[in-house]
Amino acid sequence: MKWDWDAVSDFMPHFWDGLLVTLQALALGSLISFALGLVWALLMRTPSRWVRWPVGVVTEFVRNTPLLVQLFFLFYVLPEWGVTLSALATGVIGIGLHYSTYTMQVYRAGIEAVPPGQWEAATALNLPVARTWRVVILPQAIRRVVPALGNYVIAMLKDTPMLMAITVLEMLGQARLYSQEHFQFTEPLTVIGVAFILISYLASLLLRALERRLVH
Amino acid sequence: MTSGLWELVLKGIWTTVQLLVFSSLLAAAAAFVAGVARTHRLWIVRFLAGLYTEVFRGTSALVMIFWVFFVLPIAFGWQLVPMWAGTLALGLTYGAYGSEIVRGALKAVDPAQQEGGIALSFTPWQRMRLIMLPQAVPEMIPPFSNLLIELLKGTALVSVMGMGDLAFSGNLVRLALQESAEIYSYLLVIYFVIAFLLTRVMRGLEKKLKAGVGKTPQREVSAHELKRAETTGVGAAGGAS
Repeated sequence: MKWDWDAVSDFMPHFWDGLLVTLQALALGSLISFALGLVWALLMRTPSRWVRWPVGVVTEFVRNTPLLVQLFFLFYVLPEWGVTLSALATGVIGIGLHYSTYTMQVYRAGIEAVPPGQWEAATALNLPVARTWRVVILPQAIRRVVPALGNYVIAMLKDTPMLMAITVLEMLGQARLYSQEHFQFTEPLTVIGVAFILISYLASLLLRALERRLVH
Repeated sequence: MTSGLWELVLKGIWTTVQLLVFSSLLAAAAAFVAGVARTHRLWIVRFLAGLYTEVFRGTSALVMIFWVFFVLPIAFGWQLVPMWAGTLALGLTYGAYGSEIVRGALKAVDPAQQEGGIALSFTPWQRMRLIMLPQAVPEMIPPFSNLLIELLKGTALVSVMGMGDLAFSGNLVRLALQESAEIYSYLLVIYFVIAFLLTRVMRGLEKKLKAGVGKTPQREVSAHELKRAETTGVGAAGGAS
């Protein structure tokens, strides 16, 4: 086994570019999944089964099929329908949509964990439904689920390399490009492997601290 | 789509199923070994098992696949057949997630069971095999079922390395037909059907294993029933008969 430190230092500028794209995709994907997941969770609470049933089927479908194939679908099919987006935008939408089907279950658990007395108090105070959700239920529900949402951010981080398959140059994409140009595979791939372990480990430490602050 | 293209898709399904079976077996083995090792009395064994879990859980499955395909042959001279390289990468990655499930389920067994084993002077291995695992394994099935679905979704990653699985066959069909909506819709439906069948099988397995230790699978209890169970003390808890 040969380890070439020159290759590592040559690769580092590309690594930082890739890291920036990875973090961008992660941040935007998280935002989409948080927002969309909340929408799904609220739609699943509507009284009409004509809303609940389709939402349930669609989210179940998205959750049980591979993100990679969904990304291909978005990347190749959307242009056929006349929607042209950049590769990164397509990837962010794909990741956000996929993970929104996970975060919706997190929100559901959070909403169900709000004590029934809160609902009854809101009814007794004659609060309108929208106001009950906005100022009573959701603030309590969301506070509870922040750590669980954080876990999905870490999971999303580990799925961002898939964007490479739709030509986004995130960390793995940069590593592959560098490897093919210089024919050195060991160093760039090991560097990003270690980077993923470090980032997700740091993120989990951060999350544990956040959990302690929020739950107690 | 012509029948030749369908044949391609069928071959892809077969490769995906093979990969799923092999990598889930490896993942289960890795999960049990690492999960049980996390409860070992020697700190070095616990530390090594924990290190394995953190490293393989920390990195991305796709990065691991690249590493096994490109770095192993150059660095160590091990050129693996694509099927085994994919199995190795996926099995070890998902095994690390599984080891947490095994550890959690072992921790959830009533400590009195362990103490009973000690009082009857069972060896540690007998305690694990005859007392802990039979009670812990049924509890592992629902999280394992979720993990198996994640693994199925993970098998699509090997298509990036040019292995002819279901996702890869989809790409070939797209290139052949110059049309993507149809084939990718089929692919998604096929993956969904496989996932659905897997959850059914796992649910049956759970039922069988829980019957062996005198429990019934926990249904998703509605809020209404939960309330009743709390107030009267019977209902959801009264499954063992």
